[in-house]
Amino acid sequence: MKPVVVVGAGPAGVRAAQTLVAHGLRPILLDEALRSGGQIYRRQPANFKRSPAKLYGFEAPKANALHRTLDGLLDQLDYRPETLVWNAEDHALDTLQQGRAARLEFSRVIVATGATDRILPVPGWTLPGVYSLGAAQIALKFQGCAIGERVAFAGSGPLLYLVAYQYAKAGAKVVAVLDSSPFSAQVRATGQLLRQPATLAKGIYYRAWLTAHGIPLHQGATLHAIDGSTRVQSLSWRDANGDHALDCDAVAFAHGLRSETQLADLLGCQFDWNPLNRAWLPQRDRAGRSSVAEVYLAGDGAGIMGADAAEMAGERAALALLQDIGYVITPDRAQTLERSLQRIEGFRRGLEQAFAFPEDWAKNADDQLMLCRCEEVRVGDVRQVVREGHWEINRAKAHCRVGMGRCQGRMCGAAAAEIIACESQRPLNEIGRLRAQAPIKPLPFGVELDG
Amino acid sequence: MIEVDAVIIGGGIVGASAALFLSQGGRRVALLERDFCGSHSSGVNYGGVRRQGRPLSQLPLSQRAHELWGRLPQLIGIDGEYQRSGHLKLARSLEDFQALRDYAERSRGFGLGLQLLDRQQLRARFPWVGDVAVGASLCPDDGHANPRLVSPAFAQAARRHGAQIHEQTAVSQVEHDGQCFHIRSESGLELRAPWLLNCAGAWAGQLAAQFGESVPMHAGHPAMLVTEPLPLVMDASTGVEGGGIYARQVARGNCVLGGGQGFALDDARARPGQQAVLEILRQAVELYPFLEGAQAIRTWSGTEGYMPDRQPVIGPSSTQPGLLHAFGFAGAGFQIGPAVGQALADIVCSGAPWTSLDAFSITRFQSISVA
Repeated sequence: MKPVVVVGAGPAGVRAAQTLVAHGLRPILLDEALRSGGQIYRRQPANFKRSPAKLYGFEAPKANALHRTLDGLLDQLDYRPETLVWNAEDHALDTLQQGRAARLEFSRVIVATGATDRILPVPGWTLPGVYSLGAAQIALKFQGCAIGERVAFAGSGPLLYLVAYQYAKAGAKVVAVLDSSPFSAQVRATGQLLRQPATLAKGIYYRAWLTAHGIPLHQGATLHAIDGSTRVQSLSWRDANGDHALDCDAVAFAHGLRSETQLADLLGCQFDWNPLNRAWLPQRDRAGRSSVAEVYLAGDGAGIMGADAAEMAGERAALALLQDIGYVITPDRAQTLERSLQRIEGFRRGLEQAFAFPEDWAKNADDQLMLCRCEEVRVGDVRQVVREGHWEINRAKAHCRVGMGRCQGRMCGAAAAEIIACESQRPLNEIGRLRAQAPIKPLPFGVELDG
Repeated sequence: MIEVDAVIIGGGIVGASAALFLSQGGRRVALLERDFCGSHSSGVNYGGVRRQGRPLSQLPLSQRAHELWGRLPQLIGIDGEYQRSGHLKLARSLEDFQALRDYAERSRGFGLGLQLLDRQQLRARFPWVGDVAVGASLCPDDGHANPRLVSPAFAQAARRHGAQIHEQTAVSQVEHDGQCFHIRSESGLELRAPWLLNCAGAWAGQLAAQFGESVPMHAGHPAMLVTEPLPLVMDASTGVEGGGIYARQVARGNCVLGGGQGFALDDARARPGQQAVLEILRQAVELYPFLEGAQAIRTWSGTEGYMPDRQPVIGPSSTQPGLLHAFGFAGAGFQIGPAVGQALADIVCSGAPWTSLDAFSITRFQSISVA
């Protein structure tokens, strides 16, 4: 019997694995990271001794619970950290672990691949000292270091205030938080946000704390450019009152998160356009079944819902899998999870409203703005190929190399899509979907094949 | 109803160059492409622009193509990253080296200018080649180009010369009324023309069969990958005698490598597959040791038509006057494509191609029963 495999040891993957184990299965849990927890509950190296409260703040109990869960399961499953899944074919995952390639055949797989920041470039974003919000948070959580001495946070999304708060709390100097969404949007969204009052309260708390500590928070504030000769020295931003500048030596920015869907794509899953995520997402039913019979999806990798939802979705997908292979599950539990997930979805809609996507970004982006840093493709290069008639995103990629580099469009793909849609005057969902191509992350020459 | 002199099915490099040369010759042309021009084999191939190693029967066409490539910017308006870097065919055994010698001897009259390099000469001239190579044959004026740019540019150039290029236009029906072809597309286009050019690549068999000329073509899916940009090392495009992998380095530093076969996802899409990818990575470090530790960032494949004799079908139908075929290039159509397009245009414009196409006639399969 081929094994059941879970890909990703974040909140979704760990809960999925736990549920499988609880029903008597011995799944294989693959994770790219050295230690489990995913990005949100990323663990520090074993010899670091910061307390969980210090690392995770309000989320410490959840982080602890997740870590303890996996630690308690280690002799009941086959946990393989530092294992990259770089490719998938029919009923098989191709992995890379410490320079060795292997093929892992599966009977069923739960894909819990998580998310990365959604980046909308601004002039100067490739300067040393500029990080995504997620990366800034990882530097702090994992290694206990700040990205700079005087850090500015910009963009939108719940992570914006959270990371700024975490930095300030850790003793870093936060020079400003620039939230591109207007206060009015956040007021309008309050109704939906009240579906998760505790989460809403935390968001309000972060802001209040930052304000109380004298950190300037600006809403309706657009990061205009990051300046510096060899690294970040200052930035300029705009709001209704005009142009402003401030000195800083590091910037963290992002506009929410984007799902890591490459593995689902390589596994053959069908994708649908999701307006809320402004992205193509693998189809799934409420339980997490994809369009491919043996493939299940859970967590932010299948649509951004946050860590709490990911834990539930991981468990729900595992229950679906178990049911599909003939196990008897508790239907009440499945229903409870689905109802909770639906509530979070409503909250998530509120978040999108509160942290509205800057619709005018593509229109206002300068031709000279670097869009794809791997291949050094500027906004004007993409607009040029669109004007030559290449409005389909894979076609535009073929003609100007956008998304062809080391990141394979994981960083620049969302922004490239916005530019192509804007320039071709087509809706974002009518310019095609950037197809995933193996390897999901770079694959070294000289790799040895096991077996 | 669109009335033209010739309808071309397939917007690969062959169909698009036929469209270009026909338009240049003053003919009214409509090209129908199911997907985007140059988005299949013509656009996703390895990018070798190579005469060396071809069957002798292809060399007249290949030499003509070489001239066309020499004036690519005038022809299609871009340089297509084409460079005459030289093509180096490596031998991994003395037997293989002898085979290279024999080829050099047999092809002598065609003007390829091949140079045989023994082990020492090879080391001296191409120090980046690994010790597994015992010798090589160099064709100094062969080279490589970027197929993603070149093939679609042929269609763009044809359009600038007045050809109608219909992309995302799949053909649904073809009929002949004794005088003209009537072609209908799924999108509702209706066209009429006395000439029909079947340049539909791996999908050309269906139209051929409709006119009673079934061919034993199968689809293949060559596996390719590309590295991140590396310091410039490889100053020639390379292949290996007897098969194996092929590799080149582009001006921005990325190395493009191919070898082995992937698999079809469906009728139109293919992937390189884990096995072929790992095999390329393994062989590459033997042949090109500087690649050790470099990283492959992207892999891909395509859908290409292969005849049992690995020679293309080029020339008039034996059953239907006005129908011309050009397909089944077995992974080697990129270099020769523009000359094939020109030969097809010659047939339409002057009744005969400038060089004999007999070796590529579709009739060579007529005694073979197709299972």
